[in-house]
Amino acid sequence: MSPQPFDSAKGFAVTLKQLFRKPITQQYPEEKRPVYPRFRGRHRLWRHENGLEKCIGCSLCAAACPADCIRVVADENTATNRVSAGERYARIYEINLSRCIFCGYCEVACPFDAITLEAEYELSEYSRDDLIYTKDMLLAEPIKRMPVADRDLYDTPIPAYKARS
Amino acid sequence: MNEPWWIDAIKAFVIINLLLLTFAYMTLVERKLIGRMQLRYGPNRAGPFGLLQPIADLVKLIRKEPFYPATAVEVLYITAPALSAATALAAFAVIPFGQGWHVGDYYISGQIANVSIGLILLFALGSVGIYGFIVGGWASDSKYSLLGSMRTCAQLVSYEVSLALSVLGVVIMAGSLSLVEIVREQEANWWFAIPQFVGLLVFFIAGVAETNRAPFDLPEAETELVAGYLTEYSGMRFGLFSMAEYINMIVLSALCVTLFFGGWLGPYEPLGPLWFVLKLLIVIFIFIWLRTTVPRLRYDQLMAFGWKVLLPVATLNAVVTAALVVAL
Repeated sequence: MSPQPFDSAKGFAVTLKQLFRKPITQQYPEEKRPVYPRFRGRHRLWRHENGLEKCIGCSLCAAACPADCIRVVADENTATNRVSAGERYARIYEINLSRCIFCGYCEVACPFDAITLEAEYELSEYSRDDLIYTKDMLLAEPIKRMPVADRDLYDTPIPAYKARS
Repeated sequence: MNEPWWIDAIKAFVIINLLLLTFAYMTLVERKLIGRMQLRYGPNRAGPFGLLQPIADLVKLIRKEPFYPATAVEVLYITAPALSAATALAAFAVIPFGQGWHVGDYYISGQIANVSIGLILLFALGSVGIYGFIVGGWASDSKYSLLGSMRTCAQLVSYEVSLALSVLGVVIMAGSLSLVEIVREQEANWWFAIPQFVGLLVFFIAGVAETNRAPFDLPEAETELVAGYLTEYSGMRFGLFSMAEYINMIVLSALCVTLFFGGWLGPYEPLGPLWFVLKLLIVIFIFIWLRTTVPRLRYDQLMAFGWKVLLPVATLNAVVTAALVVAL
């Protein structure tokens, strides 16, 4: 039937040889591959070293968001209640992760680097409500630690036009 | 020499359960082996080494809602998988797995039923089993099922001819249709794999096609058809069909061992079943190996190969064998 009977036989040798090699499967939940350094996972809000929030509630992130998943309600800082470094602060800051498309536009839009997208990507929940992350959750240290690849090894090299000038 | 009926009943019970267990773990071994041949692990989550996987699969299949299409012919739709599974299981009854033992006053023979026309019975049961596939596909009242069952029907009918003819050489050489006699004949001479090598090749290829295994798995052809005749089946009804398929494969492998590799024959006679199982496992391994290695045939290739290559070769083999047996 086959025009190359010996080639077919070779095929059998290949499959038999594979049988004695170690599988290359990575057992995912136990063994996590490091994510790319510029991976866009779950958001994180940041504080200054003195403990004040970087976010000043300007809502630029919400404006930039194509999925419309960020809700910011700003309030004035007062002398007794100083939350952020600026004039105003975000009284409510919510991200609906069931809508978020992880495009990173919020990160780009933010004038104070208050919001960044971090490495975490295991975001399943049993209820949609649980996917609405509030400000406290976004400010807290992430509970899950995702391995991130070595920046020197994997990050985008400096483009030639920048290296020259 | 006669056995009381209760020995038969116990034997049948034990064999059926062993067969079902073999089927369950064959699915695991197959998935494991195919996985390793593709540098994957295969199932390894349920229990150590995935040993509980077949049980998990069974629980899942049984608990699934057994629905059927509104227009299906209910009686036929439900009986079809049962028919296939039952005939597949029944076929194993005539296969001898040992030479028989004397225990006290009783004699326990090495098979459930020693039928003098065992081979014919086996093929007859196989043919009845095909009805399950055809009727099941038709009764589902779905175009996919109907086309799938037509394909199955055409394939099984055309390859059954070659399968039966390939065995003819062995029957002529042994001078008997009884599987026990055929094994006894191999005890005296060679295993029939050597003088009947062509027959063995034809038998094996036609057998792969008969059991709908890759590269002849066109009845299912996951990537082309939806799932062939079992499109509309789910839950344990699907499980029964797949059980029928796997048990057919075991029976065919057992038949291959019996006819061509001397059945229970081995270095130490009382350990007959062990040799039988060992040979059986090797043949099953070849089935699985074949599945990972060879891609699926096109339908016209399948038909051309069956009728233009396999059938003439099988016929020629039978004729030449007959001529030689008469001449010598």
